[in-house]
Order: sequence, then structure tokens, then C-alpha cells
Amino acid sequence: MLKIDNLHARVDDKEILKGLTLTVNAGEVHAIMGPNGSGKSTLGHALAGRPGYEVTAGSVSFLGRDLLDMDTEERAHLGVFLAFQYPVEIPGVSNMEFLKAAVDATRESRGLEALDTVSFMKLAREASKAVNLDASFLKRGVNEGFSGGEKKRNELLQMMLLEPQLCIMDETDSGLDIDALQVVAGGVNAMRSAERSFVLITHYQRLLNFIEPDFVHVLSGGRIVRSGDKSLALELEEKGYGWIADSAAPGEVA
Amino acid sequence: MTQEHIDKAIGREYAAGFTTMIEADTFPPGLNEDVVRALSAKKGEPAWMLEWRLEAFRAWQEMAEPEWAHVDYPPVDFQAVSYYSSPKSLEEKRPKSLDEVDPELLATYEKLGIPMHERAALAGVAMDVVFDSVSVTTTFREKLAEEGVLFCSMSEAIREYPELVRKYIGTVVPRRDNFYAALNSAVFSDGSFVYIPKGVRCPMELSTYFRINEANTGQFERTLIVADEGSHVSYLEGCTAPMRDENQLHAAVVELVVLDSAEVKYSTVQNWYPGDDEGRGGIYNFVTKRGLAHTNAKISWTQVETGSAITWKYPSCILRGDNSVGEFYSVALTNNRQQADTGTKMIHLGRNTRSTIISKGISAGRSSNAYRGLVRMGPRAEGARNYTQCDSLLIGDKCAAHTFPYIESRNPGAVVEHEATTSRVSDDQLYLCRQRGLDEEKAVSMIVNGFCKEVFKELPMEFAVEAGKLLEVSLEGSVG
Repeated sequence: MLKIDNLHARVDDKEILKGLTLTVNAGEVHAIMGPNGSGKSTLGHALAGRPGYEVTAGSVSFLGRDLLDMDTEERAHLGVFLAFQYPVEIPGVSNMEFLKAAVDATRESRGLEALDTVSFMKLAREASKAVNLDASFLKRGVNEGFSGGEKKRNELLQMMLLEPQLCIMDETDSGLDIDALQVVAGGVNAMRSAERSFVLITHYQRLLNFIEPDFVHVLSGGRIVRSGDKSLALELEEKGYGWIADSAAPGEVA
Repeated sequence: MTQEHIDKAIGREYAAGFTTMIEADTFPPGLNEDVVRALSAKKGEPAWMLEWRLEAFRAWQEMAEPEWAHVDYPPVDFQAVSYYSSPKSLEEKRPKSLDEVDPELLATYEKLGIPMHERAALAGVAMDVVFDSVSVTTTFREKLAEEGVLFCSMSEAIREYPELVRKYIGTVVPRRDNFYAALNSAVFSDGSFVYIPKGVRCPMELSTYFRINEANTGQFERTLIVADEGSHVSYLEGCTAPMRDENQLHAAVVELVVLDSAEVKYSTVQNWYPGDDEGRGGIYNFVTKRGLAHTNAKISWTQVETGSAITWKYPSCILRGDNSVGEFYSVALTNNRQQADTGTKMIHLGRNTRSTIISKGISAGRSSNAYRGLVRMGPRAEGARNYTQCDSLLIGDKCAAHTFPYIESRNPGAVVEHEATTSRVSDDQLYLCRQRGLDEEKAVSMIVNGFCKEVFKELPMEFAVEAGKLLEVSLEGSVG
């Protein structure tokens, strides 16, 4: 589904990703871990097409298409979703209006008719219930005055309604208490399917107690320096990242 | 998001920018007493009206152009402007019915989306249509007359209801009020006149559509609305002009006389040609709008301003009567090189008078957008209250927003509240929207529309649609 080959990317003239290679097949859950500044978030933004994130070498194919050749919104239409680490507020634009516009645009790009307002509102209410957000949040401005945990659950709400093929979650677990973490994990687990893949960017092993990954990768210095199964995450928890950075041979990729 | 992307997203096309090829009778440029006399004679005005104009003209000659506004433009040569232009077909004889109106003219309004046939008209809206210096037609007059409502062009009102006009004209905006008001008083050519009798609730929305067509011609319209005791009217105003390289002058005066317990709601969607990307051409819009509220009366101004190269406009309320209420809801959008200095004045004279000001300024491109507002509490204004909320939204990093609030309170018992915010359509907001599948245009349009929501909900239904359409064009995106 997603094939990243030797990806180099820079932000503000600083090279962050330096030859990242990763393959994600349909239905798989990949956890990306690594120390601060290793390029985890940059990977998410480079895949989503954030303006200012310049890919200098390498390739990314998604569902057989050249992802790097597409605009941000085209990638979204194709099924790339990024749950933001720091979701921004859009005052005055109600969550409901925003969600409807996003779903309408996505459906339109796939040649589907727009949902009528009544059916959409029903879907949105069900989804907000599933992420444990009161329906009143649908009427409020997008993320306006939401707490950190509410913003993260609102990201999950958007993900559920947009039904993407590839869900990239950028530190969705950070700043969540254990109850909110379980809500997010429950939502992700409910969405797991043979057609949908996940890339979970996280600092902590904790999230992986609730969402069992198929693969765990360690990112360091803009490259994947080690890959393994979920036991790798436990090992990291115990030993920290130091031993991996030291043991990785230059140029070695997973 | 690069600046280029933002520029593209907010880039506008001015759909009303076409010119109508029509034979016109236009005065040569220039202004002196003879021109004022000739204009008055064209209109077949009574002697008192001519005298009133001449006094205004003499006053204007001694006045200086105001320079305090936060706008910058080369001096206007008032002698290079023509002060009267009328389509020839209307010159000879004002059409009695639409069948007699020049088809070119009808086509112009069709193209603007303004149906003039009563059958095709928006349900419940009567319309006066002003083309350059003259009124083309007024619809639904007979139906309104059944209720005693008078709705006609100003020229007709001067001929047919001289007592009413003479009694009220200049009572809210005196001729010497300011430079542009004096100029307008001398040379106003047409506009609308409305009278709502005692206790009557006007059965339909009244509307005037202003169109400037001729080159080098100024439009100086004058509107007078008198709402007698206990009456109610909602009035709408729309404006467009062709795209021309030269600047055109528009200096209007609107007076509202709102007697005891009456209510006037005045809404404007202003879309004069704003000039091109480099600031060439566009309308200079210098407008004086003011209402006088008597006891228990209410005045509500709602404006959506997207056009004009220069906007200088402060729809105001004089709350003379006890318990009277003034409201001002405004959306002012400037793009490219547009400059706007707009706001309101709330003059609280009576006891327990209340006013609300909600102003939303949106600046994009290299434009400059200023809110200027005065809240004055007079010594008698015991228990008076004002609430002002003034928000600015910036799109891109080359535009400017300014806020100039003036508060003068001579009554310690009066309460004045002022809140102001400035925000920006951020790259992160646009990125969020695009990541969720919305294109830039839709994203900008949605964010701007959300910002304006409090004002749009004040517009009458019929006009909310038009305002929506206009923002769509101005921001090149859909409005949800």
C-alpha cells in the first residue's frame, strides 16, 4: 500500500530525513518510535504534503500512485489522513460544518454524491459518541477552547468520518490521561481492517499496550535504524534509545 | 502555504465589471453654480430645491476635503467629473411600464442577476433601480400604496411629495455636515425616497440597486427614509459598477428619520468596482449615512462592504429619544490595493439608550482595513449602554488592519464596553483544512465565513443569499 524508498526531506534548509525506507502493507499497524528530533513528525508531514516540507530525494508510492507528485488535498482524497500532534483552532467554523465540508469534498473526489444533512448529522453524532465527545462539541468552533485531550479525540472523530486508507497518527497519545488513551486506542482498534493501515508515531511504549502493532521501527538521525516486532518497543522502554543509536551502522536501513 | 497560493485562493474576478453600450446624455465635466442650476432644471425641481442646492454648493466651496481617514489617494479633481448622466431613452420620457424600458438597460440588470419584472422579482422585495444619475423604475408601487407606503425615486418625491421632502431633507445630515455631504446636497441626482405611515409595518422589503455606468461620471445619490410613529421597514441597498481604469466618484447621503417607537433596518451589500490588482481604477466611495432615533425607536445598520478602491463610510445613529436603540453590524473585506476606513458613530443623547457595534474587518492582498468608531454618551444619557466588538482577520502578510475607537462619556452612569481581537488565517489552519480534503479556496472561504457569522445572521434572508454569493466571488470559493 505505502512504499517509501530512500526518502530525504528538508525543512527550512535543514535536512531532517536522510534516506528513510519503509513498506507498509494493507491491514498492517506500524509503530514509529525514536528520540526527539529524529524526524518522526517530519515523516508524517512529508507524507501528508505539508507546504514547506521539501523532499530532496527518494520516492513514495501509495496505492500505486506517486504520492510526492500530488497536492495536499489530493493525497487526502486518496486516503491519507494525518492526526495532528497539535490540532489548530478555527474559530467561528463549527465542527459539524467543517466535518461535513471535509466529507463532502472527499466523497466528491471519489465521484460519490454528498450525504444529505440529516444522514450526515446522524453519522457525526454516532462518531462523537464513539470517541466520548459530547454532541455539543459538534456545534462549537473547530477545536475552539477544547482541552488537549478533547482536541485529540476530535482528530479521531475526523478520522472515523473520513474513513481513510492510511492513518498516520502523530503522537496522538501524548498528553492523554489513561481514560482518554483507552478511548483513542478503542477507536483505532475498531477501525483496524484488512484494507486499512496505520502508522503510529509515538514516544512511549504505553500506547502499544492498547494497540498491538505488527511492526515497530526506531527512527534515529532521519533513518530507520532498527525494526522488529512489538517486543522491540518493550526493549526500548527498558533500555532507552541510546544503545540503538550506538549500535546502528551508518547507512544501515531496516 | 506560500503567499502565491494565498493570493490565488483569494484572487477575485469582478463579475459585474461589464459596460453597457447605451446612448447617454452626459453633462460636460466641471462644477459651478450653472451646473447646479442646469441639473435642477433637468429634474424640473421647484425653486426652493434649487435654492437649497445652491446654498449647499456655496458652503461646499468653502470647505476642505477631510484628511483624517487612514486612506491614501491622489487628490480628486472635482472639476474633471461629470455631475449628471442619464441614458437618452430615459431622458426623453421616463418609461411608464417595463415594456417601454430600453432593452439594453433591462439586459444590464438581467446580467447582474437583478430581475426587474415584478413577476420574476424576488418574492416580497420591491425595488428602485438607479442607473448613473437617474432612477429607471420602481416596482410594486401600487401594492405598497395600498398600505400608504410611499416608495419612489428622489426626483419624483421632490415633485410629488414636496412637503414631506422639504420637512425632512437635511435634518439628519445637514448640508454643512462634511465636505462630501455638502457636495452631495448641491449635486445629488437621484436616489430613493421612502415614507411609512403611522403604525404601518411595510409589507415587503424595499430595495434600491445602484449602478454606475458612464465613464468619468460621479454618482451622488440621496436617500431619505421617514418611518412615522410605530412603523417598521426593512430596506436593502446594492451597488455595482463597470471595470474602468480611472477612478470614479461616489458620494452618497442617506438619512433615516425614525419617529417614536418606529424601527428601520437598513442593509447594504456594497460591491462597487474595487480596482485591479495594482490598484488602477475603482470607485472612491465617500458616504454619509445617519439615522435619528426618537423615543423608543430602533435603527439597525448592517453592511457587507467588499467593493470600492477607497471606502470612507460611517453609518451612524443619533439616539435622541429615551430608550432608543442603535445597532451596527459590519463586514468589510479588502483585497489587493483596496483601502477602507469604515465604522460607525453612536451618539447617545436620551436616557436608557442602547447601542451594539459588531465590526468584522478582513484584509487580504496589500490592502488596508481600518475600523473607526465613536461612542459618545451625552450628559443626559443616564443608564445608557454600549457594547462594541471589533475583530480583524488578516489573510497573508502584506495587508494591514487598524482599529481607531473613540469613546467620549459625559455621563458617569453610562456603560461602555469595548472588545477587540486581531487574528490571522494561519498556514496551519489551511494545512489542516487541506489535509482533510478541502482545497485552498474552500478553506479560506469557510474560515472567513465563520469569522463573519455574527453579522451575516443579521441580514434579511433575501440579502443573505446575495452576500453569500458576493463573498464567494470575492474569495473565489464556496460559502457553506
